[in-house]
Amino acid sequence: MSPEDQLNITKSVIIRNNSIYVDGNIIYEYFKNDNFLNDSYESLDNNYPKFYKMDVLGKLGMLATHLLLKDSDIENHLPSDVGIVLSNSNSSLDADIRYFDSVKSFPSPALFVYTLPNIVTGEISIRYKLKGENAFFISQQFDADWLHFYISHLFQNNKINACIGGWIESINSDHDVCLFLTERKESKNGINFTAENLNNINSLGDDVSNILP
Amino acid sequence: MDKQELMQRLKDEIIKQLKLEGTKPESIGDHDPLFVEGLGLDSIDALELIVLLQQEYKIKLNNAEQGQEVFRSVSTMADFILEHQAKQV
Amino acid sequence: MSQKVYIAGVGIISAIGNNVGENLASLKDTKAGMQNMERLQSVHKDKLPVAEVSLSNEDLCSELKLPNHISRSALLSTVAAKEAISNSGINIHKWRTGFISATSVGGMDKTEDFFTEFMADHPNGDLKNVVNHECGAVTEITADHLGIRDFVTTVSTACSSSANSIFLAARLIRQGFLDVVVAGGTDSLTKFTLNGFNTLMILDSQYCQPFDENRRGLNLGEGAGYLVLVSEKVAEGMNQKPEIALSGWCNANDAHHQTASSPDGTGNFLAMKGALKKAGLKPADIDYINLHGTGTNNNDIAEGTAIKNLFEGNYPPVSSTKSFTGHTLGASGAIEAVYSVLAIREGLIFPNLRFETQMKEIPFAPVTELQHKTLKNVMSNSFGFGGNCSSLIFSKVIG
Repeated sequence: MSPEDQLNITKSVIIRNNSIYVDGNIIYEYFKNDNFLNDSYESLDNNYPKFYKMDVLGKLGMLATHLLLKDSDIENHLPSDVGIVLSNSNSSLDADIRYFDSVKSFPSPALFVYTLPNIVTGEISIRYKLKGENAFFISQQFDADWLHFYISHLFQNNKINACIGGWIESINSDHDVCLFLTERKESKNGINFTAENLNNINSLGDDVSNILP
Repeated sequence: MDKQELMQRLKDEIIKQLKLEGTKPESIGDHDPLFVEGLGLDSIDALELIVLLQQEYKIKLNNAEQGQEVFRSVSTMADFILEHQAKQV
Repeated sequence: MSQKVYIAGVGIISAIGNNVGENLASLKDTKAGMQNMERLQSVHKDKLPVAEVSLSNEDLCSELKLPNHISRSALLSTVAAKEAISNSGINIHKWRTGFISATSVGGMDKTEDFFTEFMADHPNGDLKNVVNHECGAVTEITADHLGIRDFVTTVSTACSSSANSIFLAARLIRQGFLDVVVAGGTDSLTKFTLNGFNTLMILDSQYCQPFDENRRGLNLGEGAGYLVLVSEKVAEGMNQKPEIALSGWCNANDAHHQTASSPDGTGNFLAMKGALKKAGLKPADIDYINLHGTGTNNNDIAEGTAIKNLFEGNYPPVSSTKSFTGHTLGASGAIEAVYSVLAIREGLIFPNLRFETQMKEIPFAPVTELQHKTLKNVMSNSFGFGGNCSSLIFSKVIG
């Protein structure tokens, strides 16, 4: 890759342990409650009524992507030049359980449509009009080496000019999200797109579970 | 139940069933189109309305196409339910 | 960088056969696989036909010498992947070999068994039935059985999953990370998917009629398919160099709706166009399209419209082999990739069964009888929920 092709992580969003971080800084803290997703969404972005119809993965994806793309110039790229590469370990288990519960009274089509992990990539694509390559991998944990390899490959083959990547997991109201935006431009934080830096970004919030009462 | 009452009840039920957070029952006109324009509902919402009819009114629609006529507006939904209930008596 | 990726072997199990030979024979004899449910236990038993693999779990376990708590998805996967490897004749342990498998239901079938016992009486559930629930566990079981350790991963992007696992294999080979990749996907029939698709009102209570004006929906199926993809170097060393390569692929998002395709099939169009570009081909170079062709109103009109717009008069023969196998979800991309390879190898275009009436929105009709024809380039489409659209192109390699 030539120097001007240097890939950088231009933004990152972490949602875990009762906090939302953007580029490493806490922007929202919450007491653990069932309304966290709706509450935080309403205080950060409330312009998309479809949000309320989504499963937890979809809501987490909306929240994190909103913060990731806010103030970015993502709309300068062609829709087909923006990729989405996500991963988690429990697939859509959270939505599967909710759908299964609905079957007891009446199976809900609106819950069934979320029983696949990649529906969140679809929701992000719809909301931000992105038509590039999507992938969803199931891995035991955040696999920085794999995400780095896969996303680098998409850039090197001129398939994309920007990529939303990372980890998005929800189970039993526990949320764990680490999304990052990779672009071919200077990062104001000066973070190069490397597996090591992805691991550094993802390590944030691991040790702060006791900040809130 | 007369049609007016039924339409009031349907508006509350639609908002709850379709998770139309922020939509007030009074903002839905009796004859407003429910799909595309109007409330901007989609195909999954149509299926949820079929579930609503079955759960609350014990009316079974067998295909999604029939829903297109029935779910045109709150008024057409109410007419359909009343017609069905009249047949049952 | 631009080296070719060859198809050295194929393996398959579906409702129309337990191996490649049986599948090919059924395709030639126009023998469809759907019928009343036999293995799957459901309240819809007599109402919704499905395309089940004829072998029972017990048959599969004893054939593979695997314990009987293993998920059916993993059993189907192991049978088909083993066949693909033996069909290739390659000693996979000599090379850097990967296993990439796709699934959408994972070990759900066994979880359902567990739930029935568990809900009736809590101490009764057998936990062995749930440990393989997650999609990745299914892949691991097969990979362990095959002894593949260099690289193992699972793709889960709904009904395009296994098309995506196939081109991921090609990428890893072209990047020089692996020499051989066994790639494809598996899904078994479960109550979860049957009831779910039923709530979406897209299941046909008769045998499905893809691309027909009066189509009513899809029939669910089950199965697994795998390809053995190899590098130029591996291909050179084989007794007979493979004749078929994966020449093009593309994935795009339709960005329209969680489950429905956009009316014009924007994502379908982008995927097919991207695959042609990758292969360096023009629309007129495609000799046959194995359609996604689920038989739902929405898919067939979106896919048909996208083909109409992209091929503009040069319509190649098209057919949906889901009229034989039902919709095998996460396995369908790989099963149809195997059929596409067989189409080139055997010089055959498979028929689209039960077609009666031309769709009024599109200017072409599917092939209704088996055709013998030399095929050079075959396109295989796979479009999934979440707007995930993929297209693959297989080509006969000259020289």
